Amino acid sequence: MSQAAVAMPAAAAAPRRKVTRGTVVIAADRCKGCELCIPACPPGVLSMSKTGNHLGYLYPELAPGCTGCTACQQVCPDFVFEVWRYQEPIVEEDTAP
Amino acid sequence: MNVIDTARPPERAASRTATFKPSLLLSEHHHLCPGCGEPVAIRLILEVIQELELTQNNICILGHGCYGSFIMQMDVDSTLCLHGRGPAVATGMKRIRPQTAIWTLQGDGDMTSEGLAEIMHAAARGENVTCFMLNNGVFGDTGGQMTASSVIGQRTKNTLEGRDAAYHGNPIKLAEIVASMDGAAYVARGSVHNAASINATRKLIRKAFQRPMEGQGLALMEILTMCPTGWFVPPGEGAEYMMESLGKVYGLGELKDVAAAASPEDAGV
Ligand code: SF4
Ligand code: SF4
Repeated sequence: MSQAAVAMPAAAAAPRRKVTRGTVVIAADRCKGCELCIPACPPGVLSMSKTGNHLGYLYPELAPGCTGCTACQQVCPDFVFEVWRYQEPIVEEDTAP
Repeated sequence: MNVIDTARPPERAASRTATFKPSLLLSEHHHLCPGCGEPVAIRLILEVIQELELTQNNICILGHGCYGSFIMQMDVDSTLCLHGRGPAVATGMKRIRPQTAIWTLQGDGDMTSEGLAEIMHAAARGENVTCFMLNNGVFGDTGGQMTASSVIGQRTKNTLEGRDAAYHGNPIKLAEIVASMDGAAYVARGSVHNAASINATRKLIRKAFQRPMEGQGLALMEILTMCPTGWFVPPGEGAEYMMESLGKVYGLGELKDVAAAASPEDAGV
């Protein structure tokens, strides 16, 4: 317990950073909204849109933090994802509370 | 939330990983339901055919099921046969074209309910063909009725209270039966419920094509696939539901590999 009390202030002082190593191209018009990609994404940067595509299905949207792991591409039954890996990662300060 | 533009490739320097789809798939558009596991399984099979350089040297024999709609999308010579008769048709094809990779694409309804005799006899004869069974425990194509592989307690269109052993009988674990037959060279069960399993299944599929091509006997490759429509669950819950039901009865991994002893480096999958 005393150890945690000592370690905490140091951790809080370090600025939190968000690293984005890749991105995806999403063929939203083909998506049928099954949502299998949402739990499949290890960093959890995919979430469903609020409005539907031309077929009325919600589709995934990407937030910063993709690692380019291709898990979404593996699980998608409609071959919607194309995964790209950046040569240099994008590093930005994490402004989320 | 900060939403990134995903409509087009990035402007930043980046390299693309594997493409959307294997080149043997003519179109990404298909009419299978949201959350169906079959397109993923078919993608894996087509990727392996390409990896093994069998693109110009394979024939697919399709049974009856939702996967049959892929006959128009696969850039593969194929034929559609009577319900469950895939292994019998494959036998004929293989005997006149022994150098060609012959594979059947069937479901659990097709293979265990409609054509149990064909797979059993093909395995007993040790035909050098690869038989795929996409197992979702229901006749998806006709609306989700019970098959011989539906598990105890599984809710289907004609077992609304769940499959009851006393009334409906017990499920047939076909892969285990075929693995016990001398003519079977390779029997394995994979699944498409998450990315790790999908990658592991790809490796199993590779061997399922290799053993018959080496002349060692029949390969049965079962793949658990989601059928949220037939199970009456939301598409997003299909994967979890599958592992809670079918996954509890049908264990994943290799059940038999005659070459395992011969090439120990292959055995660790
Ligand atoms: S590539 Fe990986 S990290 Fe990026 S969106 Fe897909 S699953 Fe998430
Ligand atoms: S009924 Fe089931 S197996 Fe057939 S396309 Fe729909 S989800 Fe797939």
